[in-house]
Amino acid sequence: MLHTVNKSPFEHKALETCLKFARQGSAVLLIEDGVYAAARDTAVAKEVQEALKRVQVYALKPDVEARGMQNRVMDGVRLVDYGGFVDLVVEHNAVQSWL
Amino acid sequence: MTEENAGGVAKRFLYVNRRAPYGSIYALESLEVVLIGAAFEQDVSLAFLGDGVYQLAKGQDTKGLEVKNFSPTFRALEDYDVTKLYVEKEALEARGLTAADLVVPVEVVDAARMAEIMEAQDVILSF
Repeated sequence: MLHTVNKSPFEHKALETCLKFARQGSAVLLIEDGVYAAARDTAVAKEVQEALKRVQVYALKPDVEARGMQNRVMDGVRLVDYGGFVDLVVEHNAVQSWL
Repeated sequence: MTEENAGGVAKRFLYVNRRAPYGSIYALESLEVVLIGAAFEQDVSLAFLGDGVYQLAKGQDTKGLEVKNFSPTFRALEDYDVTKLYVEKEALEARGLTAADLVVPVEVVDAARMAEIMEAQDVILSF
């Protein structure tokens, strides 16, 4: 399963809910304001680090760069471009969008 | 509370910004309205709360998104005599940011001080 999260983790519960239901080995792709969750040293960084032990976490690079977070991405979170987004969709059996 | 100017009475306007840039149109729309208000020689202040602090983050590069990067416009506000920018201390800290990570000089204030600033306004516009 590929999960996508497009909401800021500071203003919405989408990421928290996503991580609650994301099973071992699934992938979480952070897009739009969801990419703020990829930053180091934030109030939610610990939750994301915990999640990295059981799921792959990706962040969409154009969204990361637009928000000025490109130098703050925590270790373990992989950046993908639009082509990488498509690859992730193709690789997984289904996509769950946590809107 | 108000002062006389050529056009009449200048009111105190506070623009409250609570949204991150690009995820919605609010941040850009707020900035447009701020510039309009400034042209009418009002007494303008800006407050950045919660995700609103992200509007001021350095290093924004929107080439990949193909939308306008409006963060440099905050640096032009000084030319419109808009110099009172207040940023919520708790919001910065929760996001691992400091004043040095922002594109313009700001006054970092705690929630109690921010509440005082809000209390002192004639008009508050929320975005």
